[in-house]
Amino acid sequence: MTEFTSDVDSHPDSPGQDSDDAVGYYVPGEPIADTKAPGGPISERWNTRKFEARLVNPANRRKLSVIMVGTGLAGASAAATLGEAGYVVKSFCYQDSPRRAHSIAAQGGINAAKNYKEDGDSVHRLFYDTVKGGDYRSRESNVYRLAEVSTNIIDQCVAQGVPFAREYGGLLDNRSFGGVQVSRTFYARGQTGQQLLIGAYQALERQVNAGTVTTYTRHEMLELIVVDGKARGIIARDMVTGEIETHLADVVVLASGGYGNVFYLSTNAMGCNVTATWRAHRKGAYMANPCYTQIHPTCIPVSGTHQSKLTLMSESLRNDGRIWVPKNKADCTKDPRDIPEEDRDYYLERIYPSFGNLVPRDIASRQAKNMCDEGRGVGPEVEGVRRGVYLDFADAIGRLGRDAVEDKYGNLFDMYARITGEDPYQVPMRIYPAVHYVMGGLWVDYDLQSTIPGLFVTGEANFSDHGANRLGASALMQGLADGYFVLPHTIRDYLADGPFEAVDPSHPAVVEARRSVEDRIEHFMTVQGTRSVDSYHRELGNIMWEYCGMERTEDGLKKAIDLIRGLRDDFWRNVKVLGSAATLNQSLEKAGRVADFFELGELMCIDALNRRESCGGHFRGESQTEDGEALRHDDQFAYVAAWEFAMDEGLGAQKPVLHKEDLTYTAIEMKQRSYK
Amino acid sequence: MTATAGTESDTTSDGMKLTLKIWRQANPETPGAMHTFHLEGVSPDMSFLEMLDVLNEQLNAEGEEPIAFDSDCREGICGMCGLMINGQAHGPEVTTTCQLHMRTFSDGDEITIEPWRADAFPVLKDLCVDRSSFDRIIQQGGYVSVNTGSAPEAHSIQVPKDAADRAFDVATCIGCGACVAACPNGSASLFMGAKITHLGELPQGQAERDARVVNMVGQHDHEGFGGCTNIGECTAACPKEIPLDVISQLNKDLRTAMRHGH
Amino acid sequence: MSHPPRPSGFRSGDTVACVATPTLIKGSRSTRSTIALKLLMAVTGLVFIGYVLLHMYGNLKVFAGQEAFDEYAHHLRTFGEPMLPYGGLLWTVRVVLLLSIVGHAYAAFALWARAGRARTQKYVVRKAVASTLSSKMMRWGGVALLLFVIFHLLHFTTQTVHPGGVTESPYERVVNSFAPEYWYLTVIYLLAMVALAMHLRHGVWSASQTLGLTNSAASRTRANLAGVFLAVVIAGGFALVPLSILLGLVD
Ligand SMILES: Cc1cc2nc3c(=O)[nH]c(=O)nc-3n(C[C@H](O)[C@H](O)[C@H](O)COP(=O)(O)OP(=O)(O)OC[C@H]3O[C@@H](n4cnc5c(N)ncnc54)[C@H](O)[C@@H]3O)c2cc1C
Ligand code: HEM
Ligand code: SF4
Ligand code: FES
Repeated sequence: MTEFTSDVDSHPDSPGQDSDDAVGYYVPGEPIADTKAPGGPISERWNTRKFEARLVNPANRRKLSVIMVGTGLAGASAAATLGEAGYVVKSFCYQDSPRRAHSIAAQGGINAAKNYKEDGDSVHRLFYDTVKGGDYRSRESNVYRLAEVSTNIIDQCVAQGVPFAREYGGLLDNRSFGGVQVSRTFYARGQTGQQLLIGAYQALERQVNAGTVTTYTRHEMLELIVVDGKARGIIARDMVTGEIETHLADVVVLASGGYGNVFYLSTNAMGCNVTATWRAHRKGAYMANPCYTQIHPTCIPVSGTHQSKLTLMSESLRNDGRIWVPKNKADCTKDPRDIPEEDRDYYLERIYPSFGNLVPRDIASRQAKNMCDEGRGVGPEVEGVRRGVYLDFADAIGRLGRDAVEDKYGNLFDMYARITGEDPYQVPMRIYPAVHYVMGGLWVDYDLQSTIPGLFVTGEANFSDHGANRLGASALMQGLADGYFVLPHTIRDYLADGPFEAVDPSHPAVVEARRSVEDRIEHFMTVQGTRSVDSYHRELGNIMWEYCGMERTEDGLKKAIDLIRGLRDDFWRNVKVLGSAATLNQSLEKAGRVADFFELGELMCIDALNRRESCGGHFRGESQTEDGEALRHDDQFAYVAAWEFAMDEGLGAQKPVLHKEDLTYTAIEMKQRSYK
Repeated sequence: MTATAGTESDTTSDGMKLTLKIWRQANPETPGAMHTFHLEGVSPDMSFLEMLDVLNEQLNAEGEEPIAFDSDCREGICGMCGLMINGQAHGPEVTTTCQLHMRTFSDGDEITIEPWRADAFPVLKDLCVDRSSFDRIIQQGGYVSVNTGSAPEAHSIQVPKDAADRAFDVATCIGCGACVAACPNGSASLFMGAKITHLGELPQGQAERDARVVNMVGQHDHEGFGGCTNIGECTAACPKEIPLDVISQLNKDLRTAMRHGH
Repeated sequence: MSHPPRPSGFRSGDTVACVATPTLIKGSRSTRSTIALKLLMAVTGLVFIGYVLLHMYGNLKVFAGQEAFDEYAHHLRTFGEPMLPYGGLLWTVRVVLLLSIVGHAYAAFALWARAGRARTQKYVVRKAVASTLSSKMMRWGGVALLLFVIFHLLHFTTQTVHPGGVTESPYERVVNSFAPEYWYLTVIYLLAMVALAMHLRHGVWSASQTLGLTNSAASRTRANLAGVFLAVVIAGGFALVPLSILLGLVD
């Protein structure tokens, strides 16, 4: 803990913290520290660690096996690299091909401190922007390393044939992204994630051909196997035959992506889940900052109760579009073109005159919610509320001409038109914030190793690099940094202890892991209740969005925890899963995922309850300045909340143990944000 | 597309009524058959897959097992979805199944929904097929062999903008398999040509160019895909509008490799 | 049952049996591929095109009168003498054509069979949107052409079929055959020309594509136009002769 100076008495459960909102919902635990990051100047730490990490003799690598769960940027890149190094790798994904991992959907771009534009960028500036973007809640050593290896990523991807945008001279083009002042974002039109992932996927498939990697597609990890305190394998279900399989290895890596789907509606793919990381959490891996969620302001609003997912539109739209809602509720159902200028409230321009429509993601998102909560939202009424605000290009079209607007945003306008059936050149677009990314994830040390030895976590699944809010174009960077350049170095230090003794499939820990999976499936197949899995998921999502979304309050979170617990109990008793477990069964797959989302949702609310500060993307109602802006409490909350799973048998619910990792900044100074 | 603001609320009482004829098949070994379902209250704002979600909710409530179909991103980029809708791959519009919306259909329509049909894409269940043959084609050379860490500085490779743009255009293939589904010969030439052209346009892809095309085509044939007769149904069905050029390029690369004795 | 390829030597105690289902093929050869078959078709197809162009040119000599035509037919046989024996060129052409037709038909049937195996379960509803009629007719149209070629040889070359009587003068053979009383012969020939036109319409475009000559939208348009042009010129050129005779323009 940083030195705590406050004259307020601190609760014994939470030294350093004025508040203890979550008292009764958790148990305080020992502080936790990252033991792997070397000391010394920040710019030397990664080199030192790489040097100190022990090497594995090439002849021994064939005898060492790695299980890699996930084939997104973080997983595919690591599997390929470890395969190239000569380890035996098994790669898992739930889709029918590794190429379909959700990284494919990223649009905007990837940051790298190449300074090709000679505009003052540097490793240090990227580091600084990322820490600041994360509202000083990330670990500085990790972020610095991320900025350092960012340049290698671009080299690697270009060599693989990733078709980044280029200038006429044949060199790579860059753009500025996410409100930073330098142009350091590399992009491939609006499909950067796709192109990067295909590069990593191809590298992976090359290793399949070389015989070092075996891919298991349509396989879902349902349990982690921990033998003698070490991660030694997974239990997976073959989603086609229903077979429950045991896969054993010397080390397990989770690169299973984010859990934004706990909100039911998000920009994540339908299958994104927390099961892989949650099962590891239940087996002892700490979950860090689970409540840190990123909410993106420019998504296409919900059109009805049938809505299954939300679609993101690039933030760049805010450069030229003006955001408004009607001043009068009565106007909300009118054709927006008939609402005169004086009856429109350009609320961002009004509240934040200097930044206007370009305020950061979290502010834009929260104000949109406020407008709709006031009853001034527009668009279809879904469950009694209109959730949408206008993003109007009439001015831009007037000023620049339709062609110029079409040039810049044509593909986004087309996408919008396809989904909504409305022509954005004629009628203002409607947008609404949506869950987009989670900064929280399994706690890892500098080596990306979790609290379970032999269990490594990379990409969105870990927590380490983005603090309380993620800078645009840095998730792709993190996924590839972890996979290509960090994990392959740190994992060898662990593998250097090998070859390891093989685990017998009849080992009690293996048998027990397998049995728990079989029991759970058996349960789902026999409840035969009355409600579908989706209906539970949707209801859970509504609770999360309402109480643990953009704005949180103590009362709301407590209410949410009660609601979640009640709904979860009902789910276990009353869910209806038809068909058989011995074939492809999508309801069964969803049931397992939703079961874990319930537990995660509960923990997210507890974490949010404890964190009585507004930081990053989260606004805590109880922590605001006089004019209603977010108020951070560095003196109290400059820590990572790492939660250890624990059940309170009497309560029949989780009562997790909170371990705090202090965040200290040596290379950067903490500052409050201001956008007024 | 209409120019009205979407003030419609999601009513299920006065939506469209549809008759759906859907292929159902329990598993890869059991023969399947078409089944007829009736669905009411379909909103024109629903995506095609959301319409099927609603049908599945209804089936689940009635005690009938929901229909299995694949999807993941539901925004037209992952390539997981793919249905034959009224005889057209991904339906009547140039987009993916997940981005097809019900406003394309009318009240009272009968819609036939089948899985992709190709022996190289065996049906796993209902509307889900196994497209791992595509992965194996890529395994045979759809990459540049460069180990992590061995790459030169990115700016040491200059790529003319035209080449970079063309490489990008064809690299947007999402591997959905619609080209195979639509092809009267069940050929995967468009998919393969897209990869050959993507890597062939770039300096990085030259070293392995001959071996790549020969091995990929070898795997394509081995998987049981048909030969191309340049009819063009693939391009018409492709949601990413990959042009027929890529097949020409594929053929040319193979011819060149032949000349080089591969 | 299809699965991703399973490992053949994973060392730990897995429960998954190693099923070697879909395999990666080793040692692929360009010459053994479907594209090689296509190239064979394209090249032999071009041989046919060259031949029918010359053949058509020869046929049009009918309009120059009996003498010119018979002279031309004779010249075909004496061409290249004494370097070549009598009929040498003709036989060389015949051998090339015979090999071509064998190669062309072999490739066509091999690919046809392959396409059948590539989709054994047909669609219940199928809507083609890009196929031209010509492209759909390639296979059966090709068979029709093959039958026609056989008939044509029996008719004019061996004179096994000789509606207008056996004669030494090629000119007379032609004129007699297409006389109005044998109108059905004219119909057969005209139908064959329709089939040929369609085959060429798609074939020219397809051969350009197969040979890798159509790397841009513009070149694709050109290849398609060339297909239409050659189809009209060749089939039209051939059709002129029987039509003119039928209408009494040549006697
Ligand atoms: C719409 C959208 C746009 C974005 N745009 C940008 C952007 O412009 N720039 C940027 O930097 N970031 C962006 N992001 C964020 C970024 O794309 C992701 O954070 C990042 O790609 C995550 O990569 P990953 O490898 O960690 O996980 P993923 O790509 O999500 O991969 C997860 C993998 O794990 C597998 N998996 C999951 N669970 C299981 C299980 N139980 N069993 C087996 N396998 C499992 C999946 O099959 C998959 O292969 C965007 C995100 C979204 C949703
Ligand atoms: C005078 C006779 C013929 C000519 C001029 C001719 C010409 C051509 C040409 C140019 C092609 C295109 C090759 C390619 O696809 O690249 C072709 C294709 C084909 N031909 Fe012929 N051909 C003739 C006879 C036949 C016969 C007798 C058959 C029947 C067995 C046949 C069947 C086919 C088939 C099936 C194709 C493939 C269709 C396609 O590529 O789309 N052809 N032909
Ligand atoms: S070429 Fe087009 S249709 Fe074929 S797999 Fe790629 S995106 Fe799908
Ligand atoms: S579900 Fe991803 S493309 Fe349709």
